[in-house]
Amino acid sequence: MKTNDVILQTTTKVVFFIIFLFSIHIFFAGHYTPGGGFVGGLLTTGAIVLLLLAFDLKTVQKALPFNFTIMTAIGLLLALGTAAGAIFFNVPFFTHAFDDFTLPLFGVTSLHTAMVFDAGVFLVVVGSAITIIQSIGGDS
Amino acid sequence: MINLPLLPIILPFLFAILLLFFKENIRIQRALSLVGVIISLIASFYLLVTVKSEGVLAVTLGSWPAPFGISMVSDMFSALLVTTTLLITLFVVAYSFTAIGEERERYFYYPAILFMVTGVNGAFTTGDIFNMFVFFEVLLIASYLLIVLGGEKKQLRESIKYILVNVVSSALFVITVAYLYSVVGTLNMADISVKIAEVGQPGIITVIAVLMLIVFGVKGAIFPLYFWLPGSYAAPPIPVLALFGALLTKVGVYAIMRTYTLFFVHNVGVTHEILMVVSVLTVIVGCVGALAYFDLKQIIIYNIVIAVGVILFGAAQMNEAGISGAIFYLVHDMLIKGALFLLIGIIIYVTGTSNLRKMGGLMKTHAPLGWFYLIAAFGLAGIPPLSGFIGKLLIAQGAFQAGNIWGSIIILASSLIVLLSVIRIFIYAFWGEPVELPKTKRKPYKRMMLPTIVLVVLSVFYGVGTEWIIPYVTDATDVLLQPSIYIDAVLKE
Repeated sequence: MKTNDVILQTTTKVVFFIIFLFSIHIFFAGHYTPGGGFVGGLLTTGAIVLLLLAFDLKTVQKALPFNFTIMTAIGLLLALGTAAGAIFFNVPFFTHAFDDFTLPLFGVTSLHTAMVFDAGVFLVVVGSAITIIQSIGGDS
Repeated sequence: MINLPLLPIILPFLFAILLLFFKENIRIQRALSLVGVIISLIASFYLLVTVKSEGVLAVTLGSWPAPFGISMVSDMFSALLVTTTLLITLFVVAYSFTAIGEERERYFYYPAILFMVTGVNGAFTTGDIFNMFVFFEVLLIASYLLIVLGGEKKQLRESIKYILVNVVSSALFVITVAYLYSVVGTLNMADISVKIAEVGQPGIITVIAVLMLIVFGVKGAIFPLYFWLPGSYAAPPIPVLALFGALLTKVGVYAIMRTYTLFFVHNVGVTHEILMVVSVLTVIVGCVGALAYFDLKQIIIYNIVIAVGVILFGAAQMNEAGISGAIFYLVHDMLIKGALFLLIGIIIYVTGTSNLRKMGGLMKTHAPLGWFYLIAAFGLAGIPPLSGFIGKLLIAQGAFQAGNIWGSIIILASSLIVLLSVIRIFIYAFWGEPVELPKTKRKPYKRMMLPTIVLVVLSVFYGVGTEWIIPYVTDATDVLLQPSIYIDAVLKE
């Protein structure tokens, strides 16, 4: 039976971006307000899962042609790299650095290496969650 | 270099991550994992030498002051165990090239080993009780993968048991840490020790001590919490079994020894008495199991249980001979269990069965295997020039000094049963008339022999070179018996 999901699919096309932007917001807000890499990553996963529900696995894999295992590995590497950068300055592992930068468009912004670590967490969460869903939902 | 204690944790972790990028390429997998383990091993040897010359090394992550950040502490005890862990891993990885099969190698086998080593080394090095929980989970989750990898029916069944038991004990670990945190208000192990000394270990802390014994007893397979071990360890293939047998239970033993020498030292009459009784019972059930089976794997697996009992019995004495004997025996047991599992792996590989009754006469066809097995078996039982002797001697000496005559007699008698159980393998498998060996097209076992032989030879050196190793063990004993050394190193400011 061929079902017609036009309402679901159209809504998804709009809602996906709202969820995705919200997840980016949550991710960047993590330092000062509730949020951070973990929930941000889960929200992004949620957005992709919505795509998976509205479309099928193949379409989503075509739309997002990432290898999510590799994404997990990149995330781990990013997190480890941030923490291990301290080794080269001979300070204890995981010592973070931050400073204020004047960026165009944003003005004075405080940038912290914890953000890079969080980006690693984000990638690991998205990568592993999507890997789980894809391998359970994949062809049987 | 201030981050030195972390290198044996970070390096395997880094290489495990790198291996994730090359899932399909078995050659790169093998080469990178071998290089990774060798580099980590060099780093850990350097760490060992540095700890020997400079005393306890402590680093608190993130440049926070000591009780507030996560401390990583390398004293001689943990440095010795970290080095032994990487040594075993090196040989198991080299052995796996032939033994594990390409199917498994393609599905994250080597990354799983390296992640597990990350967890083991982290658990040995950490100075923070909750961080220890995290590292326990790191090594356990990697071990879940290793135990189920391959997807045979037996592996699936036993991995369910294994995961269930460990999930329950991990939950209990969190609960115990929560109790401890609510009483002392800190998670840093040195700080916990100070706080417990301040309040003089009231009843609730003794309860927490027993809870800790239960938690780590499940991980380390002490009586009556060892029930999951014989079945679960028999399921995975031999190299995985060698890693598990050599490393995983020893992490539980380490955790018991650490908490029982650093935290709970003010009510020894209760806590260490329980530990001693339980460890003697562990030895007894291990002996019963080791004699009961005609299966190679099961015999050696029950010998793990015996060794755990012996080590904890030494640790429970709380005197210099007992503790240093326990440390000596712990390192010896990691080496010799690794060697024995690799050896019986070759025997099973050659004969195609693990049933003792179906083999015989291997001495006529595989003489070197037989002789090395005999050396390893004597080493396990503790025949004087070999590695098991000095540890058990010191443990017995410590027990006699502490007046635990019956306990030490049981420990000494258990040596005979250990010897009997492993010699039985030798007699059944190597003596008698050769039985028809199954014809296989598999690769010859020579490439599996090399790492095994080196490991056996190393264990012989460990026994013969006792004089060189004693200073290291003495340093480790000093830290365990005088917590103030550990505390001062961590809370130096």
